[in-house]
Amino acid sequence: MNLDAKIPPGPLAQKWDRYKSNMKLVSPANKRKFDVIVVGTGLSGAAAAATLAELGYQVKAFCFQDTPRRAHSIAAQGGINAAKNYQNDGDSIFRLFYDTIKGGDFRAREANVFRLAQVSASIIDQCAAQGVPFAREYGGTLTNRSFGGAQVSRTFYARGQTGQQLLLGAYQAMCRQISLGNIHMFPRTEMLDLVVVDGAARGIVVRNLVTGDISLHSADAVVLATGGYANVFFLSTNAIGCNVTATYRAYKQGAFFANPCYTQIHPTCIPVSGDYQAKLTLMSESLRNDGRVWVPKRKEDCDKEPAAVPEAERDYYLERKYPSYGNLAPRDIASRAAKEVCDAGRGVGPGGRGVYLDLSNAIQRLGENTIRDRYGNLFDMYERITGENAYRQPMRIYPAVHYTMGGTWVDYGLMSTLPGLFIIGEANFSDHGANRLGASGLMQGLADGYFILPYTVGNYFASTKPEKIPVGHAGFKKAEEDVRQFTRRLLSINGKRSATSFHKELGKLMWENCGMARTRQSLETNLKHIPELREEFWKNVRVTGSGEELNQNLEHAGRVADFLEFAELLCLDALHREESCGGHFRGEHQTEDGEARRDDTNFAYVAAWEFKGADKKPELHKEPLVYEEVHMATRSYK
Amino acid sequence: MNLTLKIWRQKNAASPGGFETHEARDVSPDMSFLEMLDMVNERLIAAGQEPFVFDSDCREGICGTCSLVINGVPHGGRKGTTVCQLHMRHFQDGQTITIEPWRARAFPLVKDLIVDRTAFDRIMLAGGFISVNTGNAPEANALPVSKEIADLAMDAAACIGCGACVAVCKNASAMLFVAAKVSHLNYLPQGRAEKDRRVKNMVAQMDQEGFGNCTVTGSCEAVCPKEINLDFIAKMNRDYAVAVVKGELKANSGGGVG
Repeated sequence: MNLDAKIPPGPLAQKWDRYKSNMKLVSPANKRKFDVIVVGTGLSGAAAAATLAELGYQVKAFCFQDTPRRAHSIAAQGGINAAKNYQNDGDSIFRLFYDTIKGGDFRAREANVFRLAQVSASIIDQCAAQGVPFAREYGGTLTNRSFGGAQVSRTFYARGQTGQQLLLGAYQAMCRQISLGNIHMFPRTEMLDLVVVDGAARGIVVRNLVTGDISLHSADAVVLATGGYANVFFLSTNAIGCNVTATYRAYKQGAFFANPCYTQIHPTCIPVSGDYQAKLTLMSESLRNDGRVWVPKRKEDCDKEPAAVPEAERDYYLERKYPSYGNLAPRDIASRAAKEVCDAGRGVGPGGRGVYLDLSNAIQRLGENTIRDRYGNLFDMYERITGENAYRQPMRIYPAVHYTMGGTWVDYGLMSTLPGLFIIGEANFSDHGANRLGASGLMQGLADGYFILPYTVGNYFASTKPEKIPVGHAGFKKAEEDVRQFTRRLLSINGKRSATSFHKELGKLMWENCGMARTRQSLETNLKHIPELREEFWKNVRVTGSGEELNQNLEHAGRVADFLEFAELLCLDALHREESCGGHFRGEHQTEDGEARRDDTNFAYVAAWEFKGADKKPELHKEPLVYEEVHMATRSYK
Repeated sequence: MNLTLKIWRQKNAASPGGFETHEARDVSPDMSFLEMLDMVNERLIAAGQEPFVFDSDCREGICGTCSLVINGVPHGGRKGTTVCQLHMRHFQDGQTITIEPWRARAFPLVKDLIVDRTAFDRIMLAGGFISVNTGNAPEANALPVSKEIADLAMDAAACIGCGACVAVCKNASAMLFVAAKVSHLNYLPQGRAEKDRRVKNMVAQMDQEGFGNCTVTGSCEAVCPKEINLDFIAKMNRDYAVAVVKGELKANSGGGVG
């Protein structure tokens, strides 16, 4: 199969306009004849559902939460990038595009990223019009802050709750369309399979999480906006419910999965405190605007109170190693630097897995009130979790899994290798390459949902004119039976171990052998142990209760079953990519001073994996990354 | 530390419910309350018993999913804290802790500690939005919003829709939730055009859902994990009165030229 990204011809800056000028349109009167399913109601899903409904399509939206307003986009703290150049500091569409491509270590698709930067300004306009309470200057204009990987201030924010406010904006737009009857909303409903008829995505099988009822839904297009797979590591900053099930089951139905090894470890999270821990909590990267990261220069000082370590004995290692970006070095680089100092025995706190994030200089310079105004909620959260007051002593932080750049392969129109299946937001692979810059996740989710997918879905309908498939079709019945069989199997094992215990064990393997640094040996260890763990799972998992009721144990077991398969794909991808780039750091491929060594000759491609059947090795397809405008350079933040 | 838990068990809304007592041993003070419950559930599964179901998702205090009444207080009574961020260091060894679901007529029970809060969504459908289609928006800086107003709107918009305000209120009133959304949108110039219809429709839907009336005891503000201010209720009452006094505005001529 030939992977055709269908990138429009012409100069980079004109591609999206050309696409829009040349695409086929569905007339207003005909739009209501098309049904679209949207799974997931985070930023991209809610934005897409609302916008498609405004256009006149019939939308069904699904989420596993009790209401669409709770999707995990809500937890994004810091901000959203846009090339508005309100600060008059030299920002432009090109600069945002270039920063994003460079931040992604030249492993993203150029045309998609340029389009992202182009629509970024419209996102801010749209959200402000919806009533998103962005931070403002006294004169009433919008204000900005700086984020990692950029030398301009282009990040818009709503205190430390930017994701919450953007999601509520999209949710409210959805509410309006639900009230108008244009969206049919299904909360507490989980997608368990994709239905493919004649090679095209035509519907989904879902389980009502309250009653356990399995139902079938047919549509002319299916949109997955189901987020990332960071919970394959068990401990991550994702919500408890985040999972890979929707995109993984789409993969098993034929949608290629791209670059699963690109996972992001966020440098500023609260360190792990014990093995009972269910998740990790992020401290926004925005703290690095005013905070300085350090550890003691000498191992002997690591157990001392931080105040007892004199200034001359502190190693501000990011400022030392990356003088031009300093504490605002990109996430992958800042995370590895933290690991490096901790591996050298200079970490602080329990187990020596922590570094200080110190805002005392900023507090002295600007006063506690200003810092409270900027980051008060983060300081409060830190105190709730650790019991420590960060106004009096530096925070302790450590990297944690936060975001996944890999995802279902999509073409320029955000359609997967299965016609009619569109993937948006974190769930797709396209815009962040091997590393995502801060405040770009919200931007991409909303760009896909508000401004890209609504056009490309219309183009698909107008050019293919799909016929209606009733849910009585054999393809639907087969998918339903498969889902029922899967559930019955989980419930019938009645072994000795809980799904959580398997999830934790998998997470440990992934973190230790496929986390911040990977080697051939560590990955081969995982490729040996993961299938064994999976085998044990299917013999020894204990799922209590029945399938005909609210059963969280069953839900979790199903998600863990998918993680146990998906983890293998992730490790396989990491093993085949014999280079270091962005969040994928291979110990064998580094420079003498420990920086990532990319291999553009052999690996400047998107790795898209095709499912070939259970217990068969997936087939690798390559989409070459061709850069027309930018020159692939070695990333330097020094 | 070791604790005695009295946890609400109820198969569904139609079945009767009751407390079950469980011992929680070797609880670390650094655990969150929900991690402590996770541990209890793991032990139940190991013993072949049914775990308790409870709602939670982000576990960092922002999604609004978690919803437990602990010793009679929604979210457990720590200022500005959801139950997912409540840590066990605030409890004592040997303590007995009761754990119940939100209790309100408008929040019917689903199972054990989970209730149905879709009434909040239906109130939102009645007017909790600004009617602006994607693509309609003017340049963001074309409409200045003073910092004071933007900050006030943000204070109100911080509501996470958890429903603790309803759970604690002796009347099960949803006034704080509704007032927060009405205030967020009505303070902003962008929301002005629909100000009157928004407050009337949202209040009407709130009444229809079976939430009780507000008698301004302020318990909602006290338990609100986002510390939403009672003043917003006064703001909503003002907006509501103005909207009612204005009555329905209607143009005299019907239809356009077409």
